[in-house]
Amino acid sequence: MKPANNNRPALQDTVVPPDFETVGAAGVAQPHISARGINVYYGDKHAIKNVSLDIAKNEVIAMIGPSGCGKSTFLRCLNRMNDTIEGCRVSGAVTLDGENIYGKKMDVVELRARVGMVFQKPNPFPKSIYDNVAYGPRIHGLAAGRHELDEIVHTSLEKAGLLHEVIDRLDDPGVGLSGGQQQRLCIARAIAVNPEVILMDEPCSALDPIATARIEELIDELRRNYAISIVTHSMQQAARVSQRTAYFHLGSLIEVGETQAIFTNPGHTLTEQYITGRFG
Amino acid sequence: MNSPNHHPDGGPRNGPNNGPRSGPNNGANDGTNSGATTLDKVRGGLARRYRAEKRFRAAGLASIVAGMAFVMLLFGAIISAAAGAFTQTSFTLDVRLDESAFAGHAASPQALQDALANADYRALLNRSLYSLFPEDRARRDKKALRGLVSSGAAFDLREQVAADPAVIGTAIRFRALADDEADLFYKGKIDRNLPENRRRLSDRQISRLDRLAADGRVERHFNRSLFTRGDSREPERAGLLGALTGSFFALLVAFLLSFPIGIATAVYLEEFAPRNRLTDFIEVNINNLAAVPSIIFGLLGLAVFLNFFGLPRSSSLVGGIVLALMTLPTIIIAGRAALKAVPPSIREAALAMGASPMQTVLQHTLPLAMPGVLTGAVIGMAQALGESAPLLMIGMVAFIADVPQNFTDPATALPVQVYLWANQAERAFTELAAAATLVLLLFLIAMNLGAVLLRKKFERRW
Ligand SMILES: Nc1ncnc2c1ncn2[C@@H]1O[C@H](COP(=O)(O)OP(=O)(O)O)[C@@H](O)[C@H]1O
Ligand SMILES: [Mg+2]
Repeated sequence: MKPANNNRPALQDTVVPPDFETVGAAGVAQPHISARGINVYYGDKHAIKNVSLDIAKNEVIAMIGPSGCGKSTFLRCLNRMNDTIEGCRVSGAVTLDGENIYGKKMDVVELRARVGMVFQKPNPFPKSIYDNVAYGPRIHGLAAGRHELDEIVHTSLEKAGLLHEVIDRLDDPGVGLSGGQQQRLCIARAIAVNPEVILMDEPCSALDPIATARIEELIDELRRNYAISIVTHSMQQAARVSQRTAYFHLGSLIEVGETQAIFTNPGHTLTEQYITGRFG
Repeated sequence: MNSPNHHPDGGPRNGPNNGPRSGPNNGANDGTNSGATTLDKVRGGLARRYRAEKRFRAAGLASIVAGMAFVMLLFGAIISAAAGAFTQTSFTLDVRLDESAFAGHAASPQALQDALANADYRALLNRSLYSLFPEDRARRDKKALRGLVSSGAAFDLREQVAADPAVIGTAIRFRALADDEADLFYKGKIDRNLPENRRRLSDRQISRLDRLAADGRVERHFNRSLFTRGDSREPERAGLLGALTGSFFALLVAFLLSFPIGIATAVYLEEFAPRNRLTDFIEVNINNLAAVPSIIFGLLGLAVFLNFFGLPRSSSLVGGIVLALMTLPTIIIAGRAALKAVPPSIREAALAMGASPMQTVLQHTLPLAMPGVLTGAVIGMAQALGESAPLLMIGMVAFIADVPQNFTDPATALPVQVYLWANQAERAFTELAAAATLVLLLFLIAMNLGAVLLRKKFERRW
């Protein structure tokens, strides 16, 4: 972070009052995932402050904001990956198709089969390409036999746009692929269990522009079947792939709305300053 | 992070700090420090940096050479001391197996067994020995002659006859094992020029040994009994098999106990246990256990397993349990380190795919940690193999001639055998102790090699 070289206080340190109201409509008509009043604490640190946000069917929603503002934390609330972090407490309600995912009846294994995730750094298992994609269907018992499993693996790789590149080396280790291919492998792995929602946490930040473009194309295609929530630090990317955009600042959801509207006519000064590049 | 003045502006401010250090080496630059550009300063320091690097490398190389030299020295000393123990000497004697010595052997199979059991093989051997030296008539001369042959030779003769009773009534060629002193003499370890009272072979005995050699009756051969027999009071008949078996049983017990318990502990502490006072306390104690002198574990074994639970004294079972306790901390610590080294992204990937925590551990984390876990286990086992102190406390130090047949039989272990033999008066035992040390070292090398191969097999990159 560069020190501010003028006399104004650094904008990223602007304190948002606790009773701050998000600019724009958090809800949508047909929510797939609906988060209400989410607060997340890491020990004493209040990382997400009273955030409410919906994700609609067949939409890509982008989450942007300066680093450390809680985008990843919020994303991990949606498939309960925060459960695995020691000292992390989540309060509020998240519903998936009307079902409370933090409720007693919800099983995390089932939840994570329904809400897939792709991480910032491609993290294929140190297994073969085939086994990477087949892993989810195997542990969830989705394929009746070898034949069916083959089919799932093929269609998933196809949807991830990787099939023709790896068709003749499915038994090679997944970690032997290039960074962009690895990330598409991870996407194939995530969609192999046919989830309803895919969460992507800066999926392109470790990739070169060409690989990034491929993934962006892919995201646009995947939107037909899945709801996608993507965290990105690139505003251009948010503008290219998403229909709605949510801007986070220091744990608060400052503004959410149509991507077009946010980028052309932001409703909050913080949003404006972020997208015009004052800080980031 | 949020206060700009935390970041000093970099290069120029560091200049004055570097100045005095580069000064002594660099007279030309010293006075004009303020005028010199950064590039000049960097160049001025380069030669010094390269020199320092050279010294650093040379020191590393020298350490390696010194270390290797010590290893060579160690192995050289042990091998040269042990070499003799791998061969031994026998005399070829013509032994007449008179029918009269096996009275009634032809009557029935039972009678044959009795006759074989009761025959005086020693007398038969002695007679053939005396016949070679008819001039040795006096009692003490005969006694000196008898002393050249191992007292175990009579047992060998019995075995040979029992294996083929048809030879009764004929004369056979028999390889009588030489006594350890005679053996040492032939190996050149007894100086015949010493005054007679300063060596254990008399002049007369030496002349007899020379005659036997001249007659071609002396044969040097591989010391098979070193690997096929248990301990003995006679160095020429003492073998390592008992100690090897004891070590094997004890290590097996130790491995079967400590490996699963160690892995389960490491996995639980690393992957499942919450971080709190209790787990911190447990961690500190495990680290402490790793540093406890091994003899303490022996005391514990004595007090708990022998005196309280009444398990059999001197048995490889108790030895193994004690060694397992000793190895546990090593395996746990190595296992945790290996688990910690598995990238969290792999765990996240598995969990995000909907794997349960147990599936994540069993299918991803543990297999990836296996090389490290195995290395820890092998290091622990190697320590256990070389450990003698705790075994002394639980009585695995007794003289045990029989090779143990199971976990509860009295047994010794390799390092204890080294210790026992090194304490014996006969010089031949010194050789044996060195040989046992060598065997121990070979086993350690084999184990470490096994660990390397296992590592290779499991190694993955990510
Ligand atoms: N595991 C954690 N333990 C403690 N604090 C964390 C942890 N993860 C994130 N945080 C803190 O929570 C805040 C939000 O982090 P994060 O969600 O990763 O931000 P972003 O993804 O927007 O960069 C940051 O201040 C970060 O330091
Ligand atoms: Mg993040």
